[in-house]
Amino acid sequence: MNTRTKKVALGGMLVAAAMMMSYLESLLPISLGIPGIKPGLANMVVIFAMVRLGVRPAAAISLVRVVLMSILFGSVSAAMYSLAGAVLSLAVMALLHKTGWFSTLGVSICGAVSHNAGQIVVAALMLETKEIVYYFPALAISGVVTGVLIGVLAALLLRYVPGKW
Amino acid sequence: MKNALSDKQKRRNDVILLLVLVILAAALFCGLELSKEEGAYVLVVIDGETCAQYPLSEDREVRIDAKNGSYNVLTIRGGEASVSAAGCPDLVCARHRAVKAAGETIVCLPNKLVIRIVGAGEGVDFAV
Repeated sequence: MNTRTKKVALGGMLVAAAMMMSYLESLLPISLGIPGIKPGLANMVVIFAMVRLGVRPAAAISLVRVVLMSILFGSVSAAMYSLAGAVLSLAVMALLHKTGWFSTLGVSICGAVSHNAGQIVVAALMLETKEIVYYFPALAISGVVTGVLIGVLAALLLRYVPGKW
Repeated sequence: MKNALSDKQKRRNDVILLLVLVILAAALFCGLELSKEEGAYVLVVIDGETCAQYPLSEDREVRIDAKNGSYNVLTIRGGEASVSAAGCPDLVCARHRAVKAAGETIVCLPNKLVIRIVGAGEGVDFAV
């Protein structure tokens, strides 16, 4: 099998994994009462991809995941929030990862916080609620908590999943 | 060319980052709590148009019919407003915690509904 086919297959597999995480998350009845704050389990896969495969594959996997999930399960509004969160989160994580100043944990924390931030900012714009600022503290704290959780899981994946990819 | 930061240094940076975020969040939280203005009225805005206004002080339950055929049920109780039931597909509005400070909102995007809390000085047009 040539490397290109391998990459495609790998990408597909990781997209599926990310979608599974996303779906799992939707089944959990956890809610802080604030729209857009989620555990962000799919980020685990994105971080894994970013470290093992690179930023571009990770970006592709993340975006494809968002698009597919919103087509399959979501409403248009959910899709827009998700996309904004995913894009911002990707940009932040890629940047931090490139600098090499932080470990996977730090990257994950910022990814989680920026994912929440992206979603909430879009929500604010769409709903014309300037007072969205009220949500920022909760978004930062929950981002830190979920970021740590996902970061630990991603680190475990990176350590124990064998192979050159 | 390998980047020179060791795992230990990275871990240290992580912790600094974490602390900065937490402190920022705490500061923001305190700032917001202190500047929060007490809510006086609940505004019901459908598709950008303010349709109704209710005082937060009076308990009531209002069924709001959306233009798309769906509905939301606004419940005002104990000085707080919440959406107790809704027919929209995502139910983000129904899961939202109750709001009571000026400026807080609960939005139902599919039904184009915004429940907004305003302070005493901003009570608009009509009395209900």
